[in-house]
Amino acid sequence: MANTLFDKIWDSHVVQVIPDGPTQLYIDRLYGHEVTTPQAFDTLRDKGIKAFRPQQIVAMPDHNTPSDQQEVINDPIGRKQVDTLAANCKEFGIKHFAMGTKDNGIIHVVGPEKGLSLPGMTIVCGDSHTSTHGAVGALAMGIGTSEVAEVLASQCILQSKPKSMRINIEGKLKTGVTAKDVALYIMAQMTTSGATGYAVEYAGSTIRNMSMEGRLTLSNLSIEMGSRAGIIAPDETTFEYLKGREYAPKGAEWDKAVAYWRTLKSADDAVFDKEVTYRAEDIKPRITYGTNPGAGIAIDECVPTLDGLSDAEKAQLTAQLDYMQFRPGQKLEGTPVDYCFLGACTNGRIEDFRAFASIVKGRKKAANVVAWLVPGSWLVRQQIIDEGIDKILEESGFELRLPSCSSCLAMNPDKVPAGKLSISTSNRNFVGRQGPGARTVLASPLTVAASAITGVITDPRKLF
Amino acid sequence: MKQKFNIIKSTCIPVAIDNCNTDLIIPARYLASTTRDPKFFGDAFMHDLRYDANGKPVADFVMNKPEFSEAPHEGCHEIIVGGQNWGSGSSREHAAWAIAGYGVRVVISSSFADIHRNNLLNCFVLPVVVTPAFQQELFASIAKDPQTIVTVDVPNQTVTNEATGHSEKFEINGYKKHCLVNALDDIDYLLTQKDKTEAFEKTMKKY
Repeated sequence: MANTLFDKIWDSHVVQVIPDGPTQLYIDRLYGHEVTTPQAFDTLRDKGIKAFRPQQIVAMPDHNTPSDQQEVINDPIGRKQVDTLAANCKEFGIKHFAMGTKDNGIIHVVGPEKGLSLPGMTIVCGDSHTSTHGAVGALAMGIGTSEVAEVLASQCILQSKPKSMRINIEGKLKTGVTAKDVALYIMAQMTTSGATGYAVEYAGSTIRNMSMEGRLTLSNLSIEMGSRAGIIAPDETTFEYLKGREYAPKGAEWDKAVAYWRTLKSADDAVFDKEVTYRAEDIKPRITYGTNPGAGIAIDECVPTLDGLSDAEKAQLTAQLDYMQFRPGQKLEGTPVDYCFLGACTNGRIEDFRAFASIVKGRKKAANVVAWLVPGSWLVRQQIIDEGIDKILEESGFELRLPSCSSCLAMNPDKVPAGKLSISTSNRNFVGRQGPGARTVLASPLTVAASAITGVITDPRKLF
Repeated sequence: MKQKFNIIKSTCIPVAIDNCNTDLIIPARYLASTTRDPKFFGDAFMHDLRYDANGKPVADFVMNKPEFSEAPHEGCHEIIVGGQNWGSGSSREHAAWAIAGYGVRVVISSSFADIHRNNLLNCFVLPVVVTPAFQQELFASIAKDPQTIVTVDVPNQTVTNEATGHSEKFEINGYKKHCLVNALDDIDYLLTQKDKTEAFEKTMKKY
């Protein structure tokens, strides 16, 4: 019975179920970026076929885009990927938001803010953080390049239906605790594979009271515990956020859409394969200490010790701490940082910049810190300027950069040098993620702001 | 890339890293390609663990040890035994291209990340899920004898540690098994289903 929100969206997109095989699932929206599409377009050319439903596809470069200037990409291979995307979109008749234009930005920021991602849709992209779009009540999943080619060619993918999980968060978040901290908390409880094989729905009073930006952050990080999808039932917050967006339905269409979207929720008696509940009051500002996003602690806690671990666990923790140059049992608060990054599809939205500015206002950036403040899109950047946040940042010694994935993944000039410690609002602290040898501590915009002011890992609550 | 699967009998490379994410399998800087050159991606496979910052092979990394360094070919190193949660993180199919490009045909683990698992299948590399006990026994057998043979029988869906004789059944749906045995891929299947897709479009509810 289609009783969960996920079931409802999934079931309404089933073209057919192959006997003893996967489901042929219809895709409403495909997003494309320059890194995971070139070979997919090649597949279509090799087969001599056109895009099946080009009007349902939107593409934009984001991974290779520099954040200091966008006149030119100096890296020839990165430039070639960006140029190739533009040429492919032209050839296949696909909407393309070019680098440096007001439409451009990180896909997972642009899609929702332009109303291209809507409740009830199936959305895919060759990017694991496609889970972000689940925050508007869509079934959104990351896929591989072969699957991108499948969607280009047929507007469908073949998928086995995942199991269902609901994560409830109940209560009021404490001051200084953001959606990012909630996500880092859940990940530490669930581990990085705790939701593998599941599609997650987030629910509970904490979520109901969370802003759209916060929900997007939470859904974004679903993949970091293994879930391809992190869906949140659409409600007034969703409708308020989407209303009037460039590609959202208008007039009578809007009313019709909202009437349908209101039905998109799990039934009161919905049964999930797994259900967990966390209390908002248990969550403090979080940081990571290891090299996977689940390796995290509250900011006032110490790095775990090796006590009571199996030999295999000891080896894994030791390897992570060796890379991070941290010690078992060490308190990380007060550790000098070299780089601070605000941005990425995780925390590159207006609310994140407001939060950052609320901390740094009237204070000065620490001299030992290099700070990259990178809006997730040109729309976000414009709003930052319209709200005067850029002035606050400037007065505090920060520079507002240009929209890009930037320092999240070391595919553009914003690389953290080997051995340097970065405190970052991005989504992954993997070995070498921000640059070969770079060490990454994941945190919220508030915590990154506080650390950028003091020059050491800092609990933002101490700067309120 | 397309190849038919039947019975693979090979020595293995043990990569006993839990949560081995796709950034480790292929670092982001190797994603900046617009082709699918197997040699390029095979050379980038596990690059930052295989080589140090100066491009010198890291002697104690498993793939550089003499007993495991031979490039895969029939019967030799066609199988990787990986740690749990293999392929987590980024959806980059480049990770599957790297594994395939290196010459590996099967990855055995106790668990795979969902996106990477699909990517492997789409690149004609077979992900085989075994129990943690079977996985640990494999690591132990290979540690004892690097020449340990593992047999992966796709038609019968069994994986056998020839050192102990222990065997397990593995899951793969009938459709995908048919695809692997006959070297067929999903896109060709979907292209044959266009009538159904168009019929579905006419009935679907937008809002």
